[in-house]
Amino acid sequence: MKYMLLMYADESKGPQTPEEREAHAPETWYALMEEMKAAGVLVSNNGLSPVANATTVRVREGKALITDGPFAETHEQLGGFFLLNCKDLDEALHWAAKIPSATLGSIEVRPLWSPDA
Amino acid sequence: MSATTQIEKTFREEHGRVLAALIGQLGDFELAQDALQDALVNALERWQMDGVPRNPGAWLLTVAKRRAIDRLRHSAPLERNALVLDSESIPAPQEEPEMDDSIPDERLKLMFTCCHPALALEAQVALTLHTLGGLSTPEVARAFLVSEPTIAQRLARARKKIRDAGIPYRVPPVDLLPERLDALLAVIYLIFNEGYVATSGDSLTRQELCGEAIRLCRILVDLLPGEAEARGLLALMLLHDSRCEARLSAQGELVLLEEQDRTLWDSSKIQAGITILDSAIALRDPGPYQVQAAISALHAEAPTAAATDWSQIAMLYDTLAQMSPSMVVKVNRAVAIGMARGLQEGLKLLLSLEDQAENFYPYHAACADLSRRTNQREAAADAYQRAIELCSNPTERAYLQRCFDTLTDSVK
Repeated sequence: MKYMLLMYADESKGPQTPEEREAHAPETWYALMEEMKAAGVLVSNNGLSPVANATTVRVREGKALITDGPFAETHEQLGGFFLLNCKDLDEALHWAAKIPSATLGSIEVRPLWSPDA
Repeated sequence: MSATTQIEKTFREEHGRVLAALIGQLGDFELAQDALQDALVNALERWQMDGVPRNPGAWLLTVAKRRAIDRLRHSAPLERNALVLDSESIPAPQEEPEMDDSIPDERLKLMFTCCHPALALEAQVALTLHTLGGLSTPEVARAFLVSEPTIAQRLARARKKIRDAGIPYRVPPVDLLPERLDALLAVIYLIFNEGYVATSGDSLTRQELCGEAIRLCRILVDLLPGEAEARGLLALMLLHDSRCEARLSAQGELVLLEEQDRTLWDSSKIQAGITILDSAIALRDPGPYQVQAAISALHAEAPTAAATDWSQIAMLYDTLAQMSPSMVVKVNRAVAIGMARGLQEGLKLLLSLEDQAENFYPYHAACADLSRRTNQREAAADAYQRAIELCSNPTERAYLQRCFDTLTDSVK
């Protein structure tokens, strides 16, 4: 079963203490990706550019309305994702808890849409 | 016992085990439940004529499997049909099913699935009562004073999420077991408390909730005999439940432990609770349920309120406060210390909690009681008033009001 792990965090608040910075260093992320690959669960993953670079499109009455910024202003912004192939929700939750940004923000775990559901 | 009551009783007893086995074999929570429902309708007709079969569980399981296949045949050739259709041979519809007496006990898996943390707590509770307890949707609705459609929707959503989000049907592996077991015990205790504490609503159904929680915990103890806290919770509930006849007066008024008629306590439940508590302690893995059960046992063993071993109880509260420092524990600890070592000391300790407990009515009720016992009538009256303002349970509020009235009457 494929699960999308959506990473939300407050962009304006990065890691504060040296320990936090170490826990969020690029090496930690690479190590996690390697671990996921070794376990055979990683389908793909990526980070997103900050919401300052976001543009929202709506089509109303045939016209595309373009606005600056994300769809909703919230405290936490979508910052990236992992797409994993797991045997069940527990496995997906296990990996979600290992994502470094889970200690600062939150990870939303959602199965991909399926026609049976 | 009439045939219908006999059948209903059998349904309740067999429901959890049959459903759990069925989910295991079908791999589909919703299909299993629908098929079991069909089988129960079938059983009601047949058993009223032929009597309850020798092994009703196996009868239900066999018929439910057949119904599941019928349902799959009707619902277009989906891939998952293969799973069931290829499985073992199933008796032809007309003949009495050949009984295999050994239904595998998969209720533990079902318990963990129903109490998975990815489900909302109220869904966990409803699902546990419905699937394992065999309570009908209207029964669950009555017990929680929630409308039937709300409960039905809650159950349907939970079942859908179990399937669509891939919530596993299994006993969690060792690394997850402790936290998941804690969650499971919390749900069982919540079911018990719903029956025990809240005194509004249908009192019969509420009695059933206490009984149901005890039954579920017994199953859990049987299936996980090495878990001390499961035993601790079972002991705690039995000990609490032993006092259920004494804690309400004939007029439905709350009677506090100190004033209860101890001859109304159920000594067989007390004995059972203490025996289970001893077996829990022997496992040498202490936890908050065991400590609470030990406190409850000390109350149960005291022949009179005055003979209560408060110094032991105060020590147990010290331990409990370290394990789970919740406000209710802190308040009770202060009261126990007051009873054990001097009311003034207890009151002083209690008042030190004021900043954190300002909106917590048991704190004010405890302050009122200790103030009353130390003849500080004005302080007691104020505290009772504050507690009455904050308390939302009508039976407990009525009790506090009576205390307040007695106190102010004696001043006049």
